[in-house]
Amino acid sequence: MARWSRQSRALTVAMALLYALGLLNGCGRETPATPVLHWYVFDEPSGAFAEAARRCGETSGGAYQVVLEPLPADADQQREQLVRRLAAGDKDLDILGMDVIWTAEFAQAGWILPWPESAAASAKRGRLGSAVESATYRGRLWAAPFTTNIQLLWYRTDRVSSPPRTWEAMIGLAESLGEQGTIQAQGERYEGLTVFFVSLLASAGGSVLDAEGSAVALEEGPTRETLRILRRLADSPASDPGLAGAREDQARLAFESGGSSFMLNYTYVWPSARANAPAVAAHMGWARWPAVRPDRPSRVTIGGINLGVAAFSPHPDLALQAAGCIASVPGQRLAAARGGLPPTTEALYDDPQVRETFPFADLLRATLRDAVQRPKTPLYSDVSLAISRTLHPLDAIDPERDTARLRRKIERALRSEGLL
Amino acid sequence: MRREPDPSEERLGWLLCTPAVLAMLLVTAYPLLYALWLSLFRYDLRFPDERAFVGLANYVHVLTSGVWWESLLNTLVITLGSVALELVLGMSLALVMHRVLFLRRTVRTSVLVPYAMITVVAALAWKFAFDPVTGFVNPWLGVERAWLTETWSAFLVIILTEVWKTTPFMALLLLAGLTQVPQDLLDAARVDGATAVQRFFRVTLPLMKTTLMVALLFRTLDAFRIFDTVFVQTRGAQGTETVSMVGYHALVTRLNLGLGSAVSVLIFVCVILIALLFVKGLGTRIRRSEEV
Repeated sequence: MARWSRQSRALTVAMALLYALGLLNGCGRETPATPVLHWYVFDEPSGAFAEAARRCGETSGGAYQVVLEPLPADADQQREQLVRRLAAGDKDLDILGMDVIWTAEFAQAGWILPWPESAAASAKRGRLGSAVESATYRGRLWAAPFTTNIQLLWYRTDRVSSPPRTWEAMIGLAESLGEQGTIQAQGERYEGLTVFFVSLLASAGGSVLDAEGSAVALEEGPTRETLRILRRLADSPASDPGLAGAREDQARLAFESGGSSFMLNYTYVWPSARANAPAVAAHMGWARWPAVRPDRPSRVTIGGINLGVAAFSPHPDLALQAAGCIASVPGQRLAAARGGLPPTTEALYDDPQVRETFPFADLLRATLRDAVQRPKTPLYSDVSLAISRTLHPLDAIDPERDTARLRRKIERALRSEGLL
Repeated sequence: MRREPDPSEERLGWLLCTPAVLAMLLVTAYPLLYALWLSLFRYDLRFPDERAFVGLANYVHVLTSGVWWESLLNTLVITLGSVALELVLGMSLALVMHRVLFLRRTVRTSVLVPYAMITVVAALAWKFAFDPVTGFVNPWLGVERAWLTETWSAFLVIILTEVWKTTPFMALLLLAGLTQVPQDLLDAARVDGATAVQRFFRVTLPLMKTTLMVALLFRTLDAFRIFDTVFVQTRGAQGTETVSMVGYHALVTRLNLGLGSAVSVLIFVCVILIALLFVKGLGTRIRRSEEV
């Protein structure tokens, strides 16, 4: 009997607690002080995004508040989570931190709203052309360019007097350096391999899709030349034995351990080397990504984050305002200074604070001006899978055979047909 | 003393079962039938307006694709490799656990530790162990090898991870079978002059046949659906992609619900075939041996 009454008392307390919680919740919902906007974006470790969001909420004068909803660091996993919610019409999403490659897919599926003329004009003002292009689909702007990213060539100034200008020259130079000549690149079967291929192909003067993005281009000459270089790198004693499993971070770690002389990687490797391997950082030089032909400067694949407004957001106008605010100059400056993410506003590359973060600011800006976009199609993830699957592993590429195979695979991907 | 079954009680029994039956229908039959239905459509979440009935076209696409057959072969290699090793190791472990005289509980508990570990964690641990930079396997064996970048060594690492992780499960099931073998039969065999090996193969194993079949069936079905270990260790590269990963890519990465559902249904068919094979093949043999 005693036990029974104790149990029922515990039950009553639990019920009361639940009821109280319910009431509190109910109260919160009935009197919405300021609308809360949810910004889904990758979990930026320095806190720059959170700070930018907080400041925009403050300057809005109580119009809105922005709450960060962190996504995984890996772009594929970010997309998986967003896409699942968007396809289900989740109203909890307001602002989306979108990788540049999602613009066409999200726009076509009706998951994001196009930016109205006036907002689009201010989001484009003073921005790098390639960054604006990455947020544009079918002539409309679908997101505000926020941060950008692009690969540079990193090399050891103590072993190499002047950086090589072409792939041919770099592989030759690396081979002549022997053991320490290793070139670090991304050869695993994932998005990074597609990026590598697109950069090489554009540098050779080719492109994956035609101008409309509806049919395969893959011009014979440049494609074969690209595949030849990939195979040449993989076969060379100057490539890392773990190339087939290397992503950006494996390349960074290997370079920081000192045994490599060249690396193709994003700008985050610079602060990382200074913190983790000061001895290597002291001899770390930067140069433009190597060209394919001596007479044609390289064109490198652009990355970065654009801010879109989710189509099912209950506050689309406020979300538009907030996205514009976060992506504006102060937000970019924060992301650059704290998070090490290159800005999309051109003038910021002359800003002393930004130049301190990126001592290679001029090179970065020049590379970004010539940047190449990854194929702009709603079926981008299929196309990318087709590319990375056909080319992996790099040491098995046969330039003749695989030029045709690649074309066939991408054609099938564009028809969204069959397995990849 | 046995009571006659009371019809009203029987009815009550069925009534009490109804919620469970309904729940099972809801959580298994409904998704299954829905997947079957979806697999007959061209339905890509990125192009919601282009949804159309296409009949069996998705199945034709899957079954005529090299990717499906290659991944099926990979899955079978992993399944057979891991289940065979697990059976041998699991049986040895079960015998040890059965015969152990001291610290009985400690031995049984410690054997179970790998099984208690989350698959993703185990897969990562093995990945790091075989990593050329951070791993301890290369220095131990005195080799320089990037294990997960070549097909056969990648298969080896995946199978070893699976074996390490699920052998305890196999051992536990087999231990249950071992305890059911009557001691007096073994004693009688010993009196008749049977050696330990003969006693094991002629007395213990035949008596354990049902348990063996259940253990093998469980593990084979489980191994056939392998996803996480491969996803963590190779992401399907180096030709280690399994059927579950093919389904995942179609459904989750490409958002192609029609094609992905077709893959899921085909995986389900494979699982049914495996189960039938076990029940028909081993089941009849068991019954025959019982009749004799």
